[in-house]
Amino acid sequence: MSTAYEIATEQEEVKRDGSAPFVAVDNLRKSFGSRMVLNGITLSVGRGETLAVLGRSGTGKSVLLRLIIGLERPDSGSICIHGQEIAGLALDQMGDIRMKMGFLFQHAALYDSLTVAENVAFPLEHHRKEMSSSDRAGRVRELLAEVGLERDLDKMPSDISGGMQKRVGLARALALEPELLLLDEPTAGLDPISSGEIDDLILKLQRERQMASIVVTHDLHSARTIANRLALLDRGNVVIEGKYEDLDRSKIEFVKEFLKLS
Amino acid sequence: MNSVTELVNGFFEWFGNLGIFLWQVLRATATPPYEWRELIRQLDEVGAKSLPLVALAGAAVGVVISLEAHYSLSRFGAKSMFPVTLVYTVVQVMGPIITGLVVSGRVGAGIGAELASMKVTEQIDAIEASAINPYRLLGATRILACIVMLPLLTIAADACGLLTGWFAQALVEPLSFHQFITSGFKGATFNAFLPPTFKTAVYGLIIGLIACFQGMRTRGGAEGVGRAATNSVVLGSLFLILADVVLVKFILVVFP
Repeated sequence: MSTAYEIATEQEEVKRDGSAPFVAVDNLRKSFGSRMVLNGITLSVGRGETLAVLGRSGTGKSVLLRLIIGLERPDSGSICIHGQEIAGLALDQMGDIRMKMGFLFQHAALYDSLTVAENVAFPLEHHRKEMSSSDRAGRVRELLAEVGLERDLDKMPSDISGGMQKRVGLARALALEPELLLLDEPTAGLDPISSGEIDDLILKLQRERQMASIVVTHDLHSARTIANRLALLDRGNVVIEGKYEDLDRSKIEFVKEFLKLS
Repeated sequence: MNSVTELVNGFFEWFGNLGIFLWQVLRATATPPYEWRELIRQLDEVGAKSLPLVALAGAAVGVVISLEAHYSLSRFGAKSMFPVTLVYTVVQVMGPIITGLVVSGRVGAGIGAELASMKVTEQIDAIEASAINPYRLLGATRILACIVMLPLLTIAADACGLLTGWFAQALVEPLSFHQFITSGFKGATFNAFLPPTFKTAVYGLIIGLIACFQGMRTRGGAEGVGRAATNSVVLGSLFLILADVVLVKFILVVFP
């Protein structure tokens, strides 16, 4: 007969063996003052899978990403990353789990006093101290080549376009080889050609790295291109979740209106 | 009545949040990894780059005290007291407070604006998302740099003040520098000069802590950045002067 400890260990192994979702969010609630932003949201993303989270502005899409990476604390509910509950962790306990995640901010959030190369090197300098400076420089060049910016190493963020800033942000997010990529509006504010390039880049990275990804976007075209599944949020909850065809067939008035206007 | 309650609540909330911020910085400071490179950069930023301004302010204060002391002491026939008056006024009173106020203006505003700008452009969130503790990287390094550099800058301001004060006096009446220093420091003890100089480490703590706190809690775009910079200087200078009241009394009691 198994002991409670053995059962718990076995359950933990099942969670970590890759068959369980890499990210599992359950009944997550978050409010700011009296305004409820997320009202019991439940979602999951498997390894190698991309989930696009769609919805109107202010429905808590970006807050969901910030909760997953621990920049905000949930009021209640559970967030499991790779089988580990993170909802109650303190700032100094989040370090290891955050290293498994890469985050692309809506406005790239590049360090404006550092060059493009220094921005990408920043996480490596802090977490890969064993790397020699030449190895680090090589790795930075590789990452920037991956996003097509190997010639812009010494430029300052203010000297490059919005699309290029997002690419640098993506290279920085990939620096620690994350298992989960969180993308907040990766194509927002970009022209259609730059948006297409970012989408192609995300698809290429998914093919090569098999990461789990959550993409928050308003851009339905981009969501269809890069995501395996889509989740539509309204008033802090998931209205519908599934493939684009499932959304397209939906009889829910909000879903029909959202697709019509997108 | 409601607005008074809100004001009182806001006052206590501000101090509560400042206390929580200080605790987070202390925890981050006490645990590895240590951000030595950023600390050295901040020591240069706070110390070396403030030196010309602090030296100039100290020099100006030295001349002002010299002119005032010369005039006042002459009226009471106590001109022989000039060296000791200048030395004690510069080293015990004016040097530390002028250094504190100049650094509060230059460094406090700089830190407040820099961190506020980083906050509103999500750069601080990006640091945190990269599994780097922003309290350690941004807060602890800047506060420590202020604590370490304030006493050193005070010594520089004192030296400039004494030099220009002596020079201003020497232009009016012959007084050799050797004679000025010998008379000024006659019978002086370490207790008379070290505590007033090293109390500026507390000024450094106040300047760094308030500027980092104001910067890292900023909201609201460019307006928020401006407000953070202004509040860093105004609150930093105000708390510095209030702390001086307590510190002077403390020094008088503990180092009589």
